[in-house]
Amino acid sequence: MDTLNSIASRLGGVYLLPVAMGVLAFVLIGNPSTWVTLTVAGLAMGMMIFLMASGLSLVFGLMDVLNFGHSAFVSFGAFIAASVLAALGSWLTGPSAALNIIALMMAICAATAFGAAAGWFFERVIVRPVYRDHLRQILITMGALIVAEQLLLAIWGGAPVSVARPAVLEGSFVFGTIAIEIYRVFAFLLGLLVYVALYLVLNGTRIGLLIRAGVENREMVEALGFRIDRLFIGVFMAGSALAAMGGAMWAGYQGLITPALGGEMLIIVFIVVIIGGLGSIEGSLLGAIMVGLVANYVAFLMPKLALASNMLLMMAVLLWRPYGLKPAVKG
Amino acid sequence: MSSQTASATQASGMTRARAGRMIVYGIVGLIGLALLFAPFLFPEVRSQEVAARICVFIVLVASYDLLLGYTGIVSFAHTMFFGLGAYGAAIALKTMGRGFDAILLGGAAGVAAALVLAILIGLLSLRVKAIFFAMITLAAASVMLVLASQLSDFTGGEDGMTYQIPRFFSPANKLLTDADGKAVRVFGVALDGKIALYYFVFLSCLALFLVMARIVASPLGTVLEAVRENELRAEAIGYRVVVYRTAIFCIAAVIAALAGIVRAVWLKYTGPEVALSFAIMIDILLMVVIGGMGTLIGAIIGVVIMSLAQFYLKDLMQVAADATSGIPLLPELLNPDRWLLWLGVLFILLVYFFPAGIAGTLLGKGGAK
Repeated sequence: MDTLNSIASRLGGVYLLPVAMGVLAFVLIGNPSTWVTLTVAGLAMGMMIFLMASGLSLVFGLMDVLNFGHSAFVSFGAFIAASVLAALGSWLTGPSAALNIIALMMAICAATAFGAAAGWFFERVIVRPVYRDHLRQILITMGALIVAEQLLLAIWGGAPVSVARPAVLEGSFVFGTIAIEIYRVFAFLLGLLVYVALYLVLNGTRIGLLIRAGVENREMVEALGFRIDRLFIGVFMAGSALAAMGGAMWAGYQGLITPALGGEMLIIVFIVVIIGGLGSIEGSLLGAIMVGLVANYVAFLMPKLALASNMLLMMAVLLWRPYGLKPAVKG
Repeated sequence: MSSQTASATQASGMTRARAGRMIVYGIVGLIGLALLFAPFLFPEVRSQEVAARICVFIVLVASYDLLLGYTGIVSFAHTMFFGLGAYGAAIALKTMGRGFDAILLGGAAGVAAALVLAILIGLLSLRVKAIFFAMITLAAASVMLVLASQLSDFTGGEDGMTYQIPRFFSPANKLLTDADGKAVRVFGVALDGKIALYYFVFLSCLALFLVMARIVASPLGTVLEAVRENELRAEAIGYRVVVYRTAIFCIAAVIAALAGIVRAVWLKYTGPEVALSFAIMIDILLMVVIGGMGTLIGAIIGVVIMSLAQFYLKDLMQVAADATSGIPLLPELLNPDRWLLWLGVLFILLVYFFPAGIAGTLLGKGGAK
């Protein structure tokens, strides 16, 4: 058993879990082209969820602040992107690939910029007065979520909004019997890019060093004379911006968004953060990929179970590792 | 000198607290009387509906306050337990027909399910931080909501289900008949099954509320407050914190399930909208915080204020929306459907400035924590 453990940990430890899942699903599904489609869909979904979850996880790890209003950034990002895309409709559907991409980039940038600005406001007005008081934090951010959802309803109305996709990302790559949607590849690549960027910043720069040190022991870093609270605003803004970016990507992925989006994503993001362990980017990525894969595999294998699958996954992980798979902070 | 001023401020604080207590108990007494005589004071159907809803929600909100205010547990699964009770009674009434045995059996099944789930969730996750617990209960509640709408063979899905309740509660049942065989009228209100139904709701809720008041006053209640104030210290003195937390979580779950049964019997309808939805959870949260966390009496005040606001704030906002109809966006914000927006703002302000809520502030617990 011990040798088995050591072999597993040398091969990557808990990072093997998604691979094991993929192999198991391959056996159960038995059809390679279906399996590839589902796996790509799962990875793309996982990457978008990762965008939304990473900020929440870091904010919690650094400042012990859990933001129940996090999903408001996701839904605002989605709706802003949808509005920008609708306004640039002629660019989007036109034949020029460059204009297509520019329109999409503008939508994503608008959502991200809004996320950063809203994050600054949120941190300053909503979260700052209630540091170190979990109960009031949960209550206040919950109140902010209510207000944000109502604002969303007031501005965009309750009806579903359809989201235009750029023409160049429509359709799929076809290899033999395997078809892969281009948008999913794009979502996966964008998520990967963000992960690599976050990884480099956290592990390669001085600010990243301070953030990681702050996650591990805030008082110690403060005692050394660094202003963690200033750093924290930056992390909070970055996290909110990433959430809004994830929302924008999600809007294009779904094609049709409703104001209920935020609430649905909030639960998924929480599950991801719990599975991954609070405070770590690697954990969030791992959790997000697992949730994405499980959601797609189970939806194919046992459609009835699909909606509860994430919950069951979370319970299984918590029974095995009460603090998540890769926590940066202990409970 | 300074000690004199200190004692003077203390004394004035004492009188203010006493005055506040008078106000709170006066208001609660009035509300209690109004609910007691509601069928005679407000005979219209709509007011009856509001009164019954207030009764049930007082129990629901007070039981939530046992968790949030007294023990410092943040749970988002409270509507789940409420819904289990309601669905238990509803499914039994639907399949076994109208009878008290159906209510008893279905209700017992619902309460048992709530208890088992509460024990599971409690033991699994009450060891971890408050924040983990909040997230886990949120996820559990969302799964329950999905299950209720997916298992439509049992639960009626999104549409919910209507059913009949025991004949004793139907308007055709006359409690007291006069010489002509008609129901006796008191203050112009016929003493029929509808009155019986209202008093069934009222008395059940009163009994549950008194049980909770007893729990809070018992040694258990004191231990819970100790856990809330300083978990480590409570553990060090020798109280098993996890056991106490799980116990109060189970008690609150059972009471919520019982309230759900009462609600199902009163409404003759059960569906996700009235028994399980996240909107109800938000209502409960707002009611507890507005009324005052850590005071059962606050639950009464919070429920009444929120319920009246739901009915009258909308009218007020309609007026405001009409008055500002020329200005962009503002009428949208003042649209009566957006009343939750303004309550949300009020909620945030209350948590900032009066964390003890209305009752807590008046009772002199303000600023605590």
